[in-house]
Amino acid sequence: MAPNRSGRPLTPPSMTLLLHHSVSAMIELSTPVSEAAVRGLKVGDEVGITGTLFTGRDAVHKYLYDGGQLPPGVNLKGGILYHCGPVIIKDEQGNWKCVAAGPTTSIREEPYQAQIIRDLGLRGVIGKGGMGEKTVEACKQYGCVYLHAVGGAAQVLAECIKRVPNVYFMEKFGAPEAIWEFQVVSFPAVVTIDAQGNSLHKEIFAASQAELAKYV
Amino acid sequence: MYSNQWQRWLTSIGGALSLRTMNGLQNSLLELVRRTSAEIPDDVHKAILDSLEREKQGTIAASAMKIIEQNIALAKNKSQPICQDTGSIIFYVDCPQGFDQLGFEQAAREAVKLATKKGYLRQNSVDSITGKNDGTNVGPGSPAIHFHQHASPEVSVRLVLKGGGCENVGAQYSLPNEKLKAGRDLDGCRKAILDAVLQAQGKGCGPGILGVCIGGDRATGYEFSKQQFLRKLEDSNPNPELDKLERDIVETANKLGIGPMGFGGKTTLLGTKIGVLNRLPASYFVSISYMCWAYRRQGVTLDSNGGIQKWLY
Repeated sequence: MAPNRSGRPLTPPSMTLLLHHSVSAMIELSTPVSEAAVRGLKVGDEVGITGTLFTGRDAVHKYLYDGGQLPPGVNLKGGILYHCGPVIIKDEQGNWKCVAAGPTTSIREEPYQAQIIRDLGLRGVIGKGGMGEKTVEACKQYGCVYLHAVGGAAQVLAECIKRVPNVYFMEKFGAPEAIWEFQVVSFPAVVTIDAQGNSLHKEIFAASQAELAKYV
Repeated sequence: MYSNQWQRWLTSIGGALSLRTMNGLQNSLLELVRRTSAEIPDDVHKAILDSLEREKQGTIAASAMKIIEQNIALAKNKSQPICQDTGSIIFYVDCPQGFDQLGFEQAAREAVKLATKKGYLRQNSVDSITGKNDGTNVGPGSPAIHFHQHASPEVSVRLVLKGGGCENVGAQYSLPNEKLKAGRDLDGCRKAILDAVLQAQGKGCGPGILGVCIGGDRATGYEFSKQQFLRKLEDSNPNPELDKLERDIVETANKLGIGPMGFGGKTTLLGTKIGVLNRLPASYFVSISYMCWAYRRQGVTLDSNGGIQKWLY
């Protein structure tokens, strides 16, 4: 938000916004997600995701941005990408088990995200801290939403991951940076960037900046 | 001068800790790491419960606080990390004159390696040039250990685990700051601190806790700001002016509507702690460290065999 000469934001403070963001009910979202379902979501909606998530963080984003291909088995068309470097162990039966899986800071992927949303046909990106203008634009143009998970809630979120069927690029990128496939049930997140061009992060920044001006 | 109980520490003056004490110490530090990573201290837990109460039911802020509360309980019951980013590992050691610091450092490094193997800590320390992670969490600067000699036979060890998300939103201001109209006085400090809150929004995993240092140089300022996290949330600053400022920062920040995770809401900060160091006439730094809600801090006093005598938080 560009401040004008008085240092106040150009947009009027929308403190009413805070009252609007009450939760009516958790919206169930299943993968693959249709464009219509995504277009129907708005900032402040709480969703519970059931189906498949693929993780991807810095190494994967750079690789895809530079034209790298997804390995066979990873289908992200209509899919949801999770910014996460999980802690995963092998249990006694030799199955992967996720023991901690909170979101990582998303803004690091801002240079790459818009192109990846377009190229892969993503319908959702999960992370924390929000993303910038390019991603907001891409969400609007291609029909995608940014879903904010609760940062630090590694145990609650790991409980929603019922199975870890596969991992891809383990050798290439190492465990935290690999593409992990998660089967999730009712994975909780909040829509903070919707497909209409709205960003909760932008709105709250402007409103809190205007509010702060009253007290300093 | 010291009671018998402490003789064993003191026999190490000028020499190494005995093998028995080393083993006891290593086990105690391992338990300190486990508990710090998996359990929120009581004072912070109380502040989180208060803020859960304060947030309006049915808002996304209240939902976020509920998930945080569930996460605290789950981590404790499962004895697993509260957050997968188990953070920078920072030890603060108060010890008597002649205490074997080299022996302590060795025990701390071994305890950190073991804690990482056991999954209390994520493999979280990377060579800054090559990007290599050797999976031990031990390397240049990790763990960080600060020794403080005191005129008492007691040995106490405090540990802070601080994640990268909140570390990244820390800020250092050099006053005067024209843009903020912040001069070289407490009002200027207040403006700088509140600007840091605004810039951080929810990105440091709020509701957060600020550790602030007024004065010092660029290095000591940040260092001392982190030491403020050793204070209990409910304590009062002995300096009445700073105490007033601490309360004012929390109250004002909570009027801004940033809220948990930056979702909007009533709780932006759980606390602010401010310390002061002398400065050069030419410098006036305000250094601000942000701690996430997953405020991992614990401490112990040790007995003469290196065993845990008492928990400090």
